[in-house]
Amino acid sequence: MYTTNASRGLPRHRSRYLTERYTRWAMRGVIAVLVIALLWLVLAFHLNGQWMFALLFLVLGGSLGVVFTKRTLMSHRYIFPAVAGLGVFVIFPLIYTFGISFSNYSSTNLLSEERVRDQLMSQTYQEDDAAYNLALYAEGGLVRLLLENETQRWMSSPLNLDNQETRQLGLQAASSAPASEALPMREVIQARSALQGLRLITPDGIELRMAGIRQFAPMLDRYEALDDGSLYDRRDDRVLTPDHTIGFFVADNGEQITPGWPVNVGFSNYTQIFTDPDIRGPFMQIFVWTFVFAALTVVFTLAVGFVLASLLQWDQLRGKAVYRTLLILPYAVPAFISILIFKGMFNQHFGEVNMILDTLFGVRPEWFTDPWLARSMLLIVNTWLGYPYMLLLCMGLIQAIPQDLYEASAVDGGGPLTNLFKITLPLIIKPLTPLLIAAFAFNFNNFVLIALLTGGNPDILGASTPAGTTDLLVSYTYRIAFQDAGQNFGLAAAIATLIFLLVAGMSLLNLRLSKVKV
Amino acid sequence: MAMVQPRSVGVRRLGAHLALICFVSLIVFPLLLVISISFREGNFATGSLIPENFSLEHWSLALGIPWERTDGTIVQPPFPVLLWLWNSIKVAVVSSVLILMLATTSAYAFARMRFKGKEPLLKGMLIFQMFPAVLSLVALYALFDRLGQFVGWLGINTHGALIVASLGAVALHIWTIKGYFESIDGSLEEAAMVDGASTWQAFRYILLPLSIPILMVVFILAFVMSIMEYPMASVLLVDEHKLTLAVGAQQYLADHNQRWGNFAAAAVLSGLPITVAFLICQRWIIGGLTAGGVKG
Repeated sequence: MYTTNASRGLPRHRSRYLTERYTRWAMRGVIAVLVIALLWLVLAFHLNGQWMFALLFLVLGGSLGVVFTKRTLMSHRYIFPAVAGLGVFVIFPLIYTFGISFSNYSSTNLLSEERVRDQLMSQTYQEDDAAYNLALYAEGGLVRLLLENETQRWMSSPLNLDNQETRQLGLQAASSAPASEALPMREVIQARSALQGLRLITPDGIELRMAGIRQFAPMLDRYEALDDGSLYDRRDDRVLTPDHTIGFFVADNGEQITPGWPVNVGFSNYTQIFTDPDIRGPFMQIFVWTFVFAALTVVFTLAVGFVLASLLQWDQLRGKAVYRTLLILPYAVPAFISILIFKGMFNQHFGEVNMILDTLFGVRPEWFTDPWLARSMLLIVNTWLGYPYMLLLCMGLIQAIPQDLYEASAVDGGGPLTNLFKITLPLIIKPLTPLLIAAFAFNFNNFVLIALLTGGNPDILGASTPAGTTDLLVSYTYRIAFQDAGQNFGLAAAIATLIFLLVAGMSLLNLRLSKVKV
Repeated sequence: MAMVQPRSVGVRRLGAHLALICFVSLIVFPLLLVISISFREGNFATGSLIPENFSLEHWSLALGIPWERTDGTIVQPPFPVLLWLWNSIKVAVVSSVLILMLATTSAYAFARMRFKGKEPLLKGMLIFQMFPAVLSLVALYALFDRLGQFVGWLGINTHGALIVASLGAVALHIWTIKGYFESIDGSLEEAAMVDGASTWQAFRYILLPLSIPILMVVFILAFVMSIMEYPMASVLLVDEHKLTLAVGAQQYLADHNQRWGNFAAAAVLSGLPITVAFLICQRWIIGGLTAGGVKG
C-alpha cells in the first residue's frame, strides 16, 4: 500500500525522457478532446430540451476535467473510467427509470410537447368542396395538366409523367382549354402514381394534391396556433386546448388528440398497480409465481447439486474427473442455446419428450398451453441449467470439512445418510447462505429463461397489459415496455422500481451475511 | 483415507456408479440429441440417436451454402448464422478488451492506493452490480435513442451501443483482479519507485507482466458473458444482419415456423467452440463465477 507523490505533497518533476513528456502531452490532448466532446453533447441535449441527459453529460464531462487536472486526485484517475461506466450505464438508468415511473411516458406520449405541436402543425387536410377537375393533354412526348372548377382554370407546363418522384410545380392561369383532345381515362389511370407525386402550387400559393382519380384539391394546414397556446382545428371547426395534467390536446367534448407528450402524473402508476383490478390481479399472480419460481429453483438445484457433490467427494469412487466434467456440461453450454434446445424438445407435436412419454405412458402433455405444465417445464429446465453451479459450490465447501468427523461417525456406526444430514449439510449451510441468496436474486430476475422458453405464455385472461402465467416480474416489465402496441414505459418503470427495492433488500442482506471485507 | 470401512462398501460403490451413470445420461441426453438431429434429414425428422438417413443438409445451410436436395430443389440458408456469430465475436472481443482495461486500472488503484471514498465505492459497486440490466432497459433504450441523434455510431441498432452499454458491468472483474493484485507482494513496485519509476510505470512494467494469468481469465470471463448477453441486445439491435447470435438463434424456433433441424446444426456449430473453450478454462472461470454468484 503506497500513496502517490501528489498526495504526499511532493512536487511534480519534469520528466527526463522526451518520449515520456510527449506521452504526457498526448494524454492531456486526449482528455481535452473528450471534455470538449462531452460538453458539445451537453449543449446538444440542452438545446433539445432533454435536461436529464444534458445534466448526465455535464456531470461526466465536469468530473473528467476535474479528476484529470487536479494532481491530488491522481489515484482517482485510475478508477475514473470504471466508475464512469457504472455511473452512466447502471446508476443513471436506475435514476432515470425512477423518474419515468412518475410520468405517463408511453408510445402515445413519447415526444416532447414542442415536437407534438410541430407535428400537429404540419398536418394538412384536403378541402373537397374546392376540388378541381383534372384533364390531361398530350403535347409532343409530354403531358399538360388542366385543372378547372366553376370559377378558375389552371394549366401546368408540359410534364414527363414517367417520372414518379414527388415534386412541386407551379401552375399558370389559362384562359381556355388546349385545342387538342383530352387523353382518355385509361391513360389517366396509367399515369396515376406519377400524378399522386405532384404538388401543384397555384399562383395564389395554395398547394393542390390528387384527391380522386379525376380530381385535385387544395391542401390546407389543419391547425392554426392561437395566442393562448391552444390550437384551432380548421377541418372540424373546434378549439383544442393543451391539458398539462394528461399530456394531450383536448377538444371540448373531451376527445384526446394523439400524439401526446409525457407529463408528470405523480403516483398514478403505482396506485394503478395496487388498485386497478385488471393490473393488480395479474401483478399479484406474477409476483407470487416469481417468488415460488426463485425459491423452488434454489431448493431443487441445491438438492441435486448437494447430493452429487457428496457422491463425488466419496474417496471410494473412481472416475471422478470424468463424472465431474460431464456433470458441469450444462454450465458450459451457452444458456441461450440450451434453453432453445429444450424449447424444441418439449414441443407438443414433434418434441422428443412427448414422443418418449407417448411410447411409455401413452400421454402427450401440452407443455406450452397448460399453465401448470408450463411452470413445471420451466422448473425442470432451470434445474438442469442451474445445478452445476450448486455442485461446484458444494464441492468446494465439502472439501473444507475435516475428515475425522466422518471417522468419528463411522466409529459410532453412522451411515451415509446420517453423515449427509448430520455432518455435511449443517457445516456447509452457513457459508452457503449468501450464495443462495445471490442465486435466489438471480433467478428472481431470470429474464433469459422466460423470454426464450415460454415468452410468458400462456396468457392470463382478462389482463389489460400483456401478462402471462409463466411471466416473472422482469419479463412482465419487459413486455409492458417493449411488446405489443401499448408500450407503457411509465407503468413498466413503476414495476421496475418496485423490483429494484426488492433486489436492493436482498443484496444488503447478502452483504451483511457474507461480511465482505474491503 | 478413512480407516473404518463398513462391510457393504462394494455394493454401495456399485450403486453410486449406477446412479451417477443414469443421471449423467439423463443430463447429456439433450446435447447428444441435438448433435444427432443436426445430421438428420428434414426439419421434423424423428428417430434414434444414430441417424438413419444421414444428411449434411442442415450443416451446409448453417455454413451459408445452399443445399440441393435429391429431388433437385435448392434450399437457401434461412438465416445468416455465420454473420451473427461474427457479430457476437466482434462485440465480445471489443467489449472484453475495454472491460479488461477499465477493470485492471481501477483494480490497481483499489489494491495499492489509499484515497478518499475507497471503501464505499467498492461496496457500492458490488451492490449496484446486483441490479439486473433488464430493469433499466427502458432508460438505456431512451439513452441510446437520444445519443444516436447526435452520435451516429452510438444509436439504436448499432454494435457501438451494445459495446458501450456492457462497460457498466465491471465490478465483478475489478474484485477478481484486485484479489489477485493483493496476493502479489508490493515490495517489487516499491523498489521500482525508489529507483525513480512513476506510479504508472510501476503498474505498467512491474505489476501487469506479473498478472497475465488473471488478465487472461477475466478476458475469457468477460468474453463468455458478452457472447451470452441477451436482454440488452434484444432491445438495442433491430436489423437481421446486425443481430448477435444470442438474439438471432431464437428465430429458428419461432412459434409459427419451427426449423428444428436447421437450429440443431446452427446450435452445435456456434455452441461447440464456446463449450470447449469453457471446459478448457473451467478451472479459472469457475473460480471467478462462483465467487460472484453470477451465471447468465
